[in-house]
Amino acid sequence: MKKNESYTDQARRQFISKVVAGAGLAVAPGVVLHQVAQAKPADQPASNKVRWGILINTNKCATGCTDCVSACQEEHAWGAASENEAHSSKLQKAQWIRKVKVTDKQTGYVMSLPMMCQHCKNPPCVDVCPTGASMKRADGIVLVDRHICIGCRYCMLACPYKARSFIHEELHDQSVNAPRGMGTVEACNMCVKRVDNDGIPACVEACNQAEHNAMLFGDLKDPNSDISIELKQHGGEQIREDLGLDTGVRYQGI
Amino acid sequence: MKKIHFSEIEGRSSGYLVLLGILGAIVLVSLGSAFYMEHNGHHVTGMNNQIAWGIPHVFAVFLIVAASGALNVASISSVFNKTAYKPLAPMSALLSIALLAGGLMILVLDLGRPDRLIVAMTIYNFKSIFAWNMILYNGFFAIVIVYIWMLMDRRMEKYKKPVGFAAFIWRLTLTTGTGSIFGFIVARQALDAAIMAPMFIVMSFSFGLAIFLLVMMAACSWSNRPFGDALFGRLKNLLGVFVAGVLYFVIAYHLTNLYAAEHHGVEKFILSDGGIYTQMFWIGQIILGSLVPLALFYHPSWGKSRALVGLGAVLVILGGLAQMYVIIIGSQAYPLVLFPGKVVESSFSDGIVNTYNPTFAEFGLGLGGFAVALIIVALAVKILRFMPVSLADADVDPHHK
Amino acid sequence: MSLGQLRQKIVIAAVGLLLALPLHAGEPASPVVPKAKAKATEKYGCVEPVSKMRKNHMEFLLHQRDDTMRRGIRTKKFSLVECVNCHVTPKKDGSYARFGESEHFCSSCHNYAAVKIDCFDCHRDTPENSNARHTLNDETSPHHTIAFKENDPLTTKKLDNVTSGGTE
Repeated sequence: MKKNESYTDQARRQFISKVVAGAGLAVAPGVVLHQVAQAKPADQPASNKVRWGILINTNKCATGCTDCVSACQEEHAWGAASENEAHSSKLQKAQWIRKVKVTDKQTGYVMSLPMMCQHCKNPPCVDVCPTGASMKRADGIVLVDRHICIGCRYCMLACPYKARSFIHEELHDQSVNAPRGMGTVEACNMCVKRVDNDGIPACVEACNQAEHNAMLFGDLKDPNSDISIELKQHGGEQIREDLGLDTGVRYQGI
Repeated sequence: MKKIHFSEIEGRSSGYLVLLGILGAIVLVSLGSAFYMEHNGHHVTGMNNQIAWGIPHVFAVFLIVAASGALNVASISSVFNKTAYKPLAPMSALLSIALLAGGLMILVLDLGRPDRLIVAMTIYNFKSIFAWNMILYNGFFAIVIVYIWMLMDRRMEKYKKPVGFAAFIWRLTLTTGTGSIFGFIVARQALDAAIMAPMFIVMSFSFGLAIFLLVMMAACSWSNRPFGDALFGRLKNLLGVFVAGVLYFVIAYHLTNLYAAEHHGVEKFILSDGGIYTQMFWIGQIILGSLVPLALFYHPSWGKSRALVGLGAVLVILGGLAQMYVIIIGSQAYPLVLFPGKVVESSFSDGIVNTYNPTFAEFGLGLGGFAVALIIVALAVKILRFMPVSLADADVDPHHK
Repeated sequence: MSLGQLRQKIVIAAVGLLLALPLHAGEPASPVVPKAKAKATEKYGCVEPVSKMRKNHMEFLLHQRDDTMRRGIRTKKFSLVECVNCHVTPKKDGSYARFGESEHFCSSCHNYAAVKIDCFDCHRDTPENSNARHTLNDETSPHHTIAFKENDPLTTKKLDNVTSGGTE
């Protein structure tokens, strides 16, 4: 099937991630080939020639499966993967990604999909942020710069996807992948650190590892990327497309 | 026309000291609440990831809106040349910056990182209406302080009108900005409405004048200065017009929403099924906050009773807080629409009405804003000549018979 | 002596006394700054000479912070994670010192200087993995991707080049 073949770009990134991890062992001691296979050298900034996106096929996304959520928790040390936020109520605990069950009232048709920051091209959270802490990187990844976030929570009101969480208490032993702390707002970062190291987001990786293959990561600006080819062939929709936000996360089957 | 005289209040009576003591105690409780919240984190509040703005914002936005409205009396005298309001102008300007200070104190102390206030003051994202508001708030302080100078320094008489006009334009812009904080939120069904900006302006007229009327009643009575019936009656009637104006905008807002099928859900929520929000709307905002005050103000005999008019003004304030509660918290309590017309469920409260149980600390912080505003007024009238010696009708209005 | 002169003398004496006070007050002991796990060279210190780091580490970190966070530049030279990996050392009982404790590299000095930092409100204050405290040429978790070879002496130029993301 064409679809499976077209996952090559993503597979390449996965492969490279592993090679990079292994390279150090192979060449040591001495020169470590750390940056050899990187698409983006460490000293180069993110480029606006790419726009990272995720395509989610809801037909393949199983109701009740939370592999993507668990992977995100492990990667960034939140929720079940962390002992933090013990004082916060259920409603106060952060959720970077969640599974949403959607039922059609008339037909009873049920679908399941992961919901997280949609990495909009025109993000309302970035528009409303008074200090510019809410920001969009050149490659389209929307982030919160916790260094200048004052914790006003205006972005949380403005986000149509409820993608953002506020940290209601002091945290310790954060993951080095995800610095996070009291009084600031946070959300899905599209595993920016992995992406910068030529990897793919943890949620996508977990979904593929479990062989659901419901999530596809890639460059929306590259017409030859798997995600662009798949979008061109089978289409993909945005949630709340009416808002004109041009999201980086697209869905099939909604 | 008689020259208007202003003088400091004596400020040595035990009543004055008791007033300061009570207000100071409330401020201490408020600061304690803020410290408690900031020390522990917001988990000690009822606010959460669904209701991100809570009671502190209800109080803060109310005070900020009322602040710009409190300046109205001064504007009427300087910009619209109403002689009878001239003796009230300094108090009006003073109250406006005091209320703004109170409101901003709440807003700042509720931030997740109040220690980074300097960031908010130095790094601006100019697309953010919030950033614009910070400039508008700071500018408001500056311009109104200059305005107070023009009002109180007779040598500056000729600059009174242009500065008053600038302050008037500034305050309209400021309230437009405050309303737009909510009007610009496309994500929320109950917000995302251009009518928010003008509605907030009329709300500011109403809330600001209600507070101003009560402050003047108290200040005149406690310092034994006359407050003429005619002037009082004019202020009261004006307040009635503003209350009716707010009601008009509320009706227009809800009718517009009721017409559009996509907003039926949120209207049903606010108007009939929303529990606390429905009660806040009908009982708090509409009946107690609008209809009862209108009846008190315009009833032929009730309207002559200072006590009942004062009660009306208190109700306008409480109704205003109820309105803020419905706008700010009601809009967040109603579930976000991710998939219109479909049932949505998740671990993150999708598709369900969000619950919010405010804690004492939030009320403590909110009430502190009021106390700060009033303490500023109480101290300022002792130090400077804000208070007119007499507001007797014969002293303020040359045409009074 | 007039009254004015007397007053002047008293003021001068008082000011002098106030200025002299710190000299007599017991100097608090200098902080014991924990030693890092490794150095590039004794002279060079770690990523920059010690004196330069003492003076400018905040500038380096701030610059790195914005470069990494906002622009996606991920060189490791001034990475806070790398600082922590090498500089935060275990206490006598084997557990890592936490920020705020005098045994923690950052707080050992910041407590002394009473300079408040909020880095560790969000960043973890200890190495994440037990093997994170590696030598500079550790192969599994390279800090500087550079070899320390006896026959190939380390030059500052080479260090600069390599640690800012270039190759040897």
